[in-house]
Amino acid sequence: MATVQDIEIPDSAARTAAALDDLQDMQGEKMVLNMGPSHPATHGVLRIVLELDGELITKAEPDVGFLHRGDEKIAENMTYTQFIPYTDRLDYLAPLANNVAYALAVEKLLGVHDKLPPRCQYIRVMCAELARISSHLLGLGAFAMDMGAVTVFLLTFTEREKIYNLCESLTGARFTTSYTRIGGVSRDLPPGWLDQCRKFLDEVVININEAETLLTRNRIWVDRIRDLAVISKEDAISHGLSGPNLRGSGIEYDLRKNQPYLCYRDLDFDIPVGSTGDCYDRYLVRMEEMRQSVRILHQCIKQIPGGADNKSKEPINVDDGKIVLPPKQKVMSSMEELIHQFMLVTEGVNCPPGETYFGHENPKGELGFYINSKGGGTPYRMKIRAPSFVNLSIIPKIFPGCMMSDTVAILGSLDFVMGECDR
Amino acid sequence: MSNPANQLKAKFGDLISEPAEFRGEITVKISDARQIAEVCGFAKTKLGFGYLVDISSIDNYGEDPRWTVVYHLRNLTNNAELRIKTDVSEEKSELPTVLGIWATSNWHEREIYDMMGIRFHGHPDLRRILMWEGYPYFPLRKDFPLAGKPTNVPEVAFTKVTPMEGGPFVTLPGSSDAISREPRVRVPEDAEPGVSDTRHPQA
Repeated sequence: MATVQDIEIPDSAARTAAALDDLQDMQGEKMVLNMGPSHPATHGVLRIVLELDGELITKAEPDVGFLHRGDEKIAENMTYTQFIPYTDRLDYLAPLANNVAYALAVEKLLGVHDKLPPRCQYIRVMCAELARISSHLLGLGAFAMDMGAVTVFLLTFTEREKIYNLCESLTGARFTTSYTRIGGVSRDLPPGWLDQCRKFLDEVVININEAETLLTRNRIWVDRIRDLAVISKEDAISHGLSGPNLRGSGIEYDLRKNQPYLCYRDLDFDIPVGSTGDCYDRYLVRMEEMRQSVRILHQCIKQIPGGADNKSKEPINVDDGKIVLPPKQKVMSSMEELIHQFMLVTEGVNCPPGETYFGHENPKGELGFYINSKGGGTPYRMKIRAPSFVNLSIIPKIFPGCMMSDTVAILGSLDFVMGECDR
Repeated sequence: MSNPANQLKAKFGDLISEPAEFRGEITVKISDARQIAEVCGFAKTKLGFGYLVDISSIDNYGEDPRWTVVYHLRNLTNNAELRIKTDVSEEKSELPTVLGIWATSNWHEREIYDMMGIRFHGHPDLRRILMWEGYPYFPLRKDFPLAGKPTNVPEVAFTKVTPMEGGPFVTLPGSSDAISREPRVRVPEDAEPGVSDTRHPQA
């Protein structure tokens, strides 16, 4: 005997409502996760408070300042020259570039930044470009290692070691270089340095290519970072991004080209830009920037006035006794030089009253110094425009909607350093 | 196209000072800080200054008005740069935010609030950024000594005055003798006690 059974089939509207209810239940469980300040992927002491819905990030709040040392306050209390060692510790992965940026900022206040002797300009460009390669190599190595590609890290750190050797023979220090002086550089190139540099450039290209074959078409790498954390052109400009992060979003803006300083006008190089503004584009831009830096360095080695040994005695400092320390023999024998030496050491370089801003294309972005002077040897106020600080401020905008495991990839692609961010 | 400082002047008249030029950089001063957002909005939409490089602040200690806030604007298409300054009195210590114009000003304004104690009216999230929440002083003010001040925020943090042996090497150029020229600790001579003790307004 057949029985009739009622089967209840809810209509589609009711089913949708039920599904939404289930979804509400799932979304209700939000969790707050604290990432950092001491986390290997935060490259220093960045803390991010993440609000998670399952594995999805719904809110991200960066917390900076753990490395705040009051550099701007310190700068107000010492002479311009005394502050040079502090600039090493801003972006401590590219101290040479910071030295160059700071020296140029003070020289702009003095009005001599476009009167630097050509040899000095070339030496400074070489410093800045070596720093760029060094910083990008570290950024790339750490980025890849956070994604699990340890080999790249070993490759890039081997190359960075060679840059440190070059720094050591050039400045006497591997890490805290303090190489520039107001009006020039502390010493000329040591004998044989250009040859060492050329040898390094040949080797680094091989290793960049090696890293590129490991990553650029690697399925795991590409799937992991392509279309991740896309920054649109409008957002990049509005958030004040600079450096490779700005160019990764497709904006062709590089201070070396757009507001040329030093001898960048005489050098031939291209500005790589991304097309979509995702992590992969930022990675590609940094890769190409390293090659362009190698290109710039080769031209510098070829064109540097005075050549390797400076037989023609090209000056490396501006010819002004009120800015640059005189040679020691003259201090001992000539009254005028003695007075200059005394005044420079005790009172500092006498800067005119006024205010200037100088932005330098650092590896991480635009490192700017705004100096407000009331005359004399110390700044009245010095503001450091740190690229990492500004670049990090986009985190609350790009993190929501990404997965928890993407955070390390995005942080790696933004390539920041906290010493500079927190000042 | 005529220079942007003159265009600002044509639009806002007496609000904008005569442009000053130094080392090729043009600075204009706005006489009324309450108008800063309007001027910046005009500079962005009509003059193409879509990129805000930086905002900084100056403590003109002992002068009135005490604060100066400095905006660095850049036009990415034609590389033009413009610096806009405005003064804020100590009693007021407040000016409108430009967050609606450039998103990047969010952290810059927080930093100025943190370091100088100048507030930005309309900023949705004006918290300390480099110092910790609840820190009672504004360290970039000129009457805040370089060595720091002891603080004690219960269960959060405490600091002592920095031991200054060997540095930082303070220099006061122009002083009479070597000891006063390079003192180990610099305490502004005329700092009145309590001036910088302005508490966190929300605390």
